[in-house]
Amino acid sequence: MIPAQKAFLSGNEAVAAGVRLARPHVIAAYPITPQTTVIERLAEMVEDDSLKAEYLHVESEHSALSACIGASAVGARTFTATSSQGLLYMAECLHYASGGRFPVVMMNANRSLALPWNIYGDQRDSLSLLDCGWIQVYAEDAQESLDLIIHGYAIAEDPHVLTPFMINLDGFLITHTYELLNLPTQEDVDVFLPPFRTVNKMDLDHPMSLAFTAGPAYNQSFKQLQHQAMMSASKVIFETEERFGQLFGRHYPGLIETIHCDDAEFILVTLGSVAGTVRPVVEKLRSLGERVGLVRIRYMRPFPDTEISTALAGAKSVGVLEKDISFGYEGTVFTNVNSALMRAKVLPPRLLNFVGGLGGKDISATDIERLFLRLKSPDDGETVAFI
Amino acid sequence: MEKQLHLSDKKISIRDLGDREYFYGHKACPGCGGSLALRLALKVLGERSYAVVPAGCMSAVGFIFPQMAFSCNAIISTFPGTASMLSGVAAGARALGIKDFHAVGFAGDGGTADIGLQALSGAIDRHDKIMYICYDNEAYMNTGVQKSSLTPIGARTTTSPAGKRLKGAVTHKKPMFEIVAAHGIDYAATASVGYPLDYLRKLEYASRVDGTSYIHVFAPCPVGWGHDTSDTISVAKNAVDCGLWFLAEFSDGKFTLNHKPGKFTSAENYLLGQSRFRHLGEEDVKDILAERDSRWSRILSEWSL
Ligand SMILES: Cc1ncc(C[n+]2csc(CCOP(=O)(O)OP(=O)(O)O)c2C)c(N)n1
Ligand code: SF4
Repeated sequence: MIPAQKAFLSGNEAVAAGVRLARPHVIAAYPITPQTTVIERLAEMVEDDSLKAEYLHVESEHSALSACIGASAVGARTFTATSSQGLLYMAECLHYASGGRFPVVMMNANRSLALPWNIYGDQRDSLSLLDCGWIQVYAEDAQESLDLIIHGYAIAEDPHVLTPFMINLDGFLITHTYELLNLPTQEDVDVFLPPFRTVNKMDLDHPMSLAFTAGPAYNQSFKQLQHQAMMSASKVIFETEERFGQLFGRHYPGLIETIHCDDAEFILVTLGSVAGTVRPVVEKLRSLGERVGLVRIRYMRPFPDTEISTALAGAKSVGVLEKDISFGYEGTVFTNVNSALMRAKVLPPRLLNFVGGLGGKDISATDIERLFLRLKSPDDGETVAFI
Repeated sequence: MEKQLHLSDKKISIRDLGDREYFYGHKACPGCGGSLALRLALKVLGERSYAVVPAGCMSAVGFIFPQMAFSCNAIISTFPGTASMLSGVAAGARALGIKDFHAVGFAGDGGTADIGLQALSGAIDRHDKIMYICYDNEAYMNTGVQKSSLTPIGARTTTSPAGKRLKGAVTHKKPMFEIVAAHGIDYAATASVGYPLDYLRKLEYASRVDGTSYIHVFAPCPVGWGHDTSDTISVAKNAVDCGLWFLAEFSDGKFTLNHKPGKFTSAENYLLGQSRFRHLGEEDVKDILAERDSRWSRILSEWSL
């Protein structure tokens, strides 16, 4: 292994660096804050010829993903990036990519949805599209973002998976925050990530019809296959991280990461950059003798139901902190966690949903301490609390 | 009465096309002009084609799993995404080093002039090497004959009913040919399934254009228009002969009229032969003819012959 270089990059720049290392054939994207610097860096790489890809200046996000699907349908590796309104503008194509089993890799900069207009981060954009058949992963920092791009192609293109892959970065908090990170070498990435090969493509020697119509007699069979593929992604994710760890020396914990959960009484479950705020609070409270823990969800699809119920099995009180609300009910992450616990018949005496960070509202370490205090205090009958 | 002008000298005849079918066994209605437009085009373009067909009649009749009607590569695109998917197919194939292929789209009038216009505009702007063929049956047929922006004035559709107050569609056809030309497109043409040799020649020319090409082919639909299924070709020919459609090309920034009718045949006969126009009165027909004549005086003064 050639030693990796160090680089000081923002989350978006780390994504661009990861994309270049993955050697996509086609990049099609449309600008939206806070995704823009990804596609600007990629355009520069194509211009200076350090990235040999077709870069399509499309006129919308719908076209960006539609073009990626077209390119994937002839066997090309593709990349796009978007955020918020752009992700929703793609909605039709999101289902199209997953239904057609086109392993497009996309970065989404998590951002609030209008109205009111707001460019700052929350996760309502991607969480409202949890059912679109894409693998969804949430990064905590720039290094993980870069590595996830490389994992993403390996996982999405696995013949058992063939499912598109969405990497979510909290807008600004990750996309625009600079970090010293390890840049893998091209040689190592080439070993880790061989060129994309698929039979699910239009081939001039073996013509095929793709993206066809399937009536009531057949349709559900395709959907069942799609579900199975997504379920089998869990195993491929573990194997990919294992292989990555061996080659690059950075080890990832699978669908979730647990901190001090073994003997924890009070556990916060969360995802994305806010986990970085929770970590030091957990360490501080631990040093004061409090039995607190953290579950960081990395993958929302496939959903780590057994991992979560196992991690939460001994807890007295669990809080799910998320930057999302399904109006009229509760946060989507909370709904998913709750269902995982019900399935496993793990029923912590107290289960609370903390909804915060909407439209970029700050979540501080003091806020997190308060959440742990709240988990310790007697049940006040409330389930969903805005923080 | 006719004068044919050719951008390319390469004449193509039905005999050159060969027996091989690329769009066959589909479930289009008898007399469908759109399916004929696809069938002929793919015979010209051949087996190294990637056909992109959005939601619409042609995808609905051609891709019903497990019975696929295309013998070349083919894919359904999203309804708005014909051009963007074509661009992706072409870019992907190019990046993979694939040579000598045609990325060709076949979209209806709604898929082209309405919901797909933005993506088409983007592709033309990039001069992507794709062929885009709009088969114009003048309404949203697949969903049951609703009005599109290429439905002609006066035509009755299910969303532009003819009643006491309104007499069918109240707007003129969007000038798609001029719209793509205004982009500075590399090649554009209009055609009609009623003039197959002209259409074939344009297809052959378009296939060699190094950039974006657009062919707008007039393609009657007996179901939506209300004419006999055996009259598709004559209706498509009459539309040109009576001056309500035209055969032209745009290339190198210049418009060329390919077919100049010496004297128009009867537009009344054309209109009143179709049930979608049968409610029109004398005055309505007069208005349609006045619009036709002013369009032609512009064409004849501005375009070369
Ligand atoms: C985004 C979206 N909106 C609406 C539809 C419904 N739709 C499918 S086909 C069609 C009509 C297509 O009309 P046209 O493009 O003129 O082609 P034709 O059916 O006449 O061949 C419509 C409205 C759709 N599939 N996708
Ligand atoms: S409805 Fe019209 S356009 Fe559609 S398949 Fe039938 S004849 Fe062709």
